Amino acid sequence: MAAQRDKSRTIPGTTIFDGVESRKGYRINKFAMSFTKPKNREAFTADEEAYMDSWSLSEQERQFLRDRDYRGLIEECGGNIYMIMKLGTCTGHGLYHVGAQLRGQTFKEFMATRTASGAR
Amino acid sequence: MAKVVGGIGTSHVPSIGKAYDMGQQEEPDWKPVFDTYKPVQKWLADLKPDVAIVVYNDHGSSMFFDKYPTFAIGAADTYPIGDEGWGPRPLPAVPGNPEFSWHLAEELVYNEFDMTVCQELSVEHGFLVPMNLCFPHEPNWPVKTVPIAVNVIQHPLPTAMRCYKLGQAIRQAVEACEDDLRVVIFGTGGMSHQLNGTRFGHLNTAFDNDFLDKIETDPLALTKLTHQEIMEEAGAEAVELIMWLTMRGALSDDLTRVHRNYYAPMTTGMGLIALEENA
Ligand SMILES: [Fe+2]
Repeated sequence: MAAQRDKSRTIPGTTIFDGVESRKGYRINKFAMSFTKPKNREAFTADEEAYMDSWSLSEQERQFLRDRDYRGLIEECGGNIYMIMKLGTCTGHGLYHVGAQLRGQTFKEFMATRTASGAR
Repeated sequence: MAKVVGGIGTSHVPSIGKAYDMGQQEEPDWKPVFDTYKPVQKWLADLKPDVAIVVYNDHGSSMFFDKYPTFAIGAADTYPIGDEGWGPRPLPAVPGNPEFSWHLAEELVYNEFDMTVCQELSVEHGFLVPMNLCFPHEPNWPVKTVPIAVNVIQHPLPTAMRCYKLGQAIRQAVEACEDDLRVVIFGTGGMSHQLNGTRFGHLNTAFDNDFLDKIETDPLALTKLTHQEIMEEAGAEAVELIMWLTMRGALSDDLTRVHRNYYAPMTTGMGLIALEENA
């Protein structure tokens, strides 16, 4: 069997969404997936704390959600980028806001690194 | 007999769908994206396919990590537009050809590709952005579709070679169908991009252009790439490119390249290649 991954060669600045991450992130990803239903988006917008109560989230996950700390949700809690993006309609934060956070930059700083940032 | 008449490799960046829905096709940074699909639309209109097989991945619309299939095939009359968290896009539902889907499923499974068959499947940006860009769709889509979903988001993923072989098996399955169907196949996703970590936004245009060369002339070289190599070179999310190999595996080597383009405005290398079967 040819190895598809070389786990001894970590790729700098990179998290690979595998079984370890998916197990760790199961709760937060399932929570984020719930945002594909309009009634759940409405419930979150109406009362964030009550909506979070209806899911078994850890206190750390809840705090990252309150803080809109996407870096924490993804890098520490196993959040999958595609799931975490679903929070965006309710939080008002799109991919490039999340990306700037991941890179430790402001939105403006990040946008300045792109060649045609009108295509956002 | 059904036959494969062409293949398209294309990125499926979700922001393209949003820009389309907001009518931003003429905005300077978006215009190159939309304009480059015009010759492909024209080519497809002349080619008159009956069916488009679309190889894509579900990014959490119909599928979740409770049970995420490695390979799945849609077998529905209609594929509704999915809600990915921001409401369904204003596009007509996409027609399927369930008889043909079940035919493909039988052939593929008996050929040892163990597909999950989906009779209810909403489709999302991985599928819709390429369809949206390549076909007029008001009031209705001009082709029937067969969605084929590949796990490229939760490792372990199928290998590049396995994806290529799936394409070869799809070609055999198409040719085993008695109906006179003209089939095009889409491989979607990529090109270089990374959406996590401090390397968010990583692009590799040299890798992408080399991939565009080889997908046409030397796909076997690409089947040797490991996930590790693709991720190191082109970013963690660039592994989506293995789906282009399914498209290419379904084609012969007697091809004419109809169109090719590359543009990397933001965080993803947007590639496009259209290949037509000569025979
Ligand atoms: Fe994708």
